[in-house]
Amino acid sequence: AGQPHKRRRTSEPSEIEERLESLICRVGEKSNSSLESNLEGLAGVLEADLPNYKSKILRILCTVYVWSARLLPEKLTVYTTLVGLLNARNYNFGGEFVEAMIRQLKECLKVNMYNEAVHLVRFLSDLVNCHVIAAPSMVAMFENFVSVTQEEDVPQVRCDWYMFAFLSSLPWVGKELYEKKDAEMDRLLSQTESYLKRRQKIHVPMLQVWTADKPHPQEEYLDCLWSQIQKLKKDRWQERHILRPYLAFDSVLCEALQHNLPPFTPPPHTEDSVYPMPRVIFRMFDYTDDPEGPVMPGSHSVERFVIEENLHCIIKSHWKERKTCAAQLLSYPGNNKIPLNYHIVEVIFAELFQLPSPPHIEVMYTTLLIELCKLQPGSLPQVLAQATEMLYMRLDTMNTTCVDRFINWFSHHLSNFQFRWSWEDWSDCLTQDLEKPKPKFVREVLEKCMRLSYHQRIIDIVPASFSVLSPANPVCIYKYGDESNRSLPGYTVALCLTIAIKNKASNDEIFSILKDVPNPNQDDDDGEGFTFNPLKIEVFVQTLLHLAAKSFSHSFSALAKFHEVFKTLAESDEGKLHVLRVVYEVWKNHPQMIAVLVDKMIRTQIVDCAAVANWIFSSELAHDFTRFYIWEILHSTIRKMNKHVLKIHKELEETKARLARQHKR
Amino acid sequence: AMSSGGTLSILRSDSYAELSQYRDQHFRGTRYDQERLLRKSCTLYVGNLSFYTTEEQIHELFGKSGDIKKVIMGLDKVKKTACGFCFVEYYARGDAENAMRYINGTRLDDRIIRTDWDAGFKEGRQYGRGRSGGQVRDEYRQDYDAGRGGYGKTVQ
Repeated sequence: AGQPHKRRRTSEPSEIEERLESLICRVGEKSNSSLESNLEGLAGVLEADLPNYKSKILRILCTVYVWSARLLPEKLTVYTTLVGLLNARNYNFGGEFVEAMIRQLKECLKVNMYNEAVHLVRFLSDLVNCHVIAAPSMVAMFENFVSVTQEEDVPQVRCDWYMFAFLSSLPWVGKELYEKKDAEMDRLLSQTESYLKRRQKIHVPMLQVWTADKPHPQEEYLDCLWSQIQKLKKDRWQERHILRPYLAFDSVLCEALQHNLPPFTPPPHTEDSVYPMPRVIFRMFDYTDDPEGPVMPGSHSVERFVIEENLHCIIKSHWKERKTCAAQLLSYPGNNKIPLNYHIVEVIFAELFQLPSPPHIEVMYTTLLIELCKLQPGSLPQVLAQATEMLYMRLDTMNTTCVDRFINWFSHHLSNFQFRWSWEDWSDCLTQDLEKPKPKFVREVLEKCMRLSYHQRIIDIVPASFSVLSPANPVCIYKYGDESNRSLPGYTVALCLTIAIKNKASNDEIFSILKDVPNPNQDDDDGEGFTFNPLKIEVFVQTLLHLAAKSFSHSFSALAKFHEVFKTLAESDEGKLHVLRVVYEVWKNHPQMIAVLVDKMIRTQIVDCAAVANWIFSSELAHDFTRFYIWEILHSTIRKMNKHVLKIHKELEETKARLARQHKR
Repeated sequence: AMSSGGTLSILRSDSYAELSQYRDQHFRGTRYDQERLLRKSCTLYVGNLSFYTTEEQIHELFGKSGDIKKVIMGLDKVKKTACGFCFVEYYARGDAENAMRYINGTRLDDRIIRTDWDAGFKEGRQYGRGRSGGQVRDEYRQDYDAGRGGYGKTVQ
């Protein structure tokens, strides 16, 4: 929509497409009693349009699995029913549709679109329920999937994916397949069991959010799914959560002729194949957490699997649109049969705490939870408070990276709600050693809350007993500030510098003032001709940072104005390290300021990433080693380094390409 | 707005990151120029700040969507004190987009703040354009806002 001179091609068929697309999408929007008549009516309309618009209808329906997968995941069965009704009226169309879906599946697997492929497989499975695909041919496809586990010299994640595609379709079609081909299914399930027993699970401890198994074990995702399928089988494949509109059309559908899936050979593993990573299933709630409401399906129930899959899908589709995302999550069907708020909160925290990284930027989850609280002000905030309490109780065994995310989320969340929290409930942490997880968590939360407000606010919001955990007042410490310090070496130069800088001295004038500073390392000769003078650095950096302490902008201006002096003083590695030490000494009460100064100094090449790393791992900072701000600085430094390497690499490739083109001439 | 056709476009929807209706009347250049700059800008205008909100608080909040290049506080033209708006410039547009998606419309210093795309900071744009030196909106508003100097200037 940016180029006014380009006109959109309008033609009659595209209007028809829009009408059809909109009709098809809307039939899935409401699942009430009119759904059946809507489906019936739409099938009639499409059948009538088939002679003229067959390829268009085919194309639209082939993308429907995308809608059902992404937009309305719980409506997959609405669309399979529609296809079933069309197939009953027009056998050839059904066949062409199935062929088109198989082609799409092959394409998806070739280009590593494994999430889309899983939905395609699920869609195909449900077509068995709608009498479009014959059950034995679906079993045959699954036999080919499971036989991937027999391949040699392939990554485990490849076998995992085919196993997952098979198992995760069974909630939809397990009953039908077992009824028609129980011996084959039993064989497949037994092969599944033996694969799951022999596969490697060294990734599990790395991905678990908690190291403890109580109250909820953090299970490997295939193990959990396997337990769910085993239970489903024990329950004779009775699954009650999935909406199945085709049941209402049984008399029509069972008259339809079914198609056999063509034999499906999984595309071979190639060097370019990239399979999904394994996961650990995050659980924090069970049926005991909401005693008043509907019962939460157990961790090994297939209902739990389906609900979680669908809720994750909704977030994946609508992450850019927070209001839509919140509304879609809250309108997930079954609200009175399942404790939906608990499922939603659990799924969101599952993503926020996912290791190594969340699927989306952390701040999205904070804002999404706020939108959910706005839409359900009478119920969701309580669930969130309960969740927070539970996470606090289990800090002792929580992965440190997840604790960091918890701190970031909780402090940001509180800042949107006037920092209201029942801190007294957490008084137990006051009796613990300050380095233990609970008091440490509270300290870091309060520090982060202060960054979003101000020091006195934090003092005001916590009970007096919490003062031991309150952050320091973020004031600058200037060692030459007091007359009583006049015996310190460099004191007079510091005074001189202060006056000079206030009088807008140039870099040259600063250099000449600093010339008078003696070098305590006079006798050392580093052999490279650089004179590292720690006292010069100390006097200059202390004085400048003190004068510029008013705000970040003031400090950045100071760094920019006296860049030349910095570069000269910090020319050597020792110089760089000492600059960082002095910055710390001046601003140790204000970790946020240290972080932004370090960032600026790296970007203006006053210090380099190596110096920062050396400084962080130095013995002087050992006492702060487990403080959040240290790791913030380190991660930020590594990120800058990575971006820099990528940028230079790209420039190198572009230059090589230009050179190659020149040689061709 | 032109329709993209079809309901699958719902999946591509990104309404929070779109341009608003606002166009800077003082912009030097055509509407087209301004829109072109807005579409590739890494700079956001942030409004409805309290006069007491600090650069540090802004940096902490907006840093959640990515690395900040610069924060420029909006100043009263006469008093040279904060007058309730600022510019936040990111190194990468994607980070600014995430701020539009997830920080716009949430609270800073207990106030719902509003972000919008900006064509880019130019010297002079850090000053309020109201007759009294602050922002135009503070000239004419009738309500009492303790974080923005009390009543509007014409009321005072």
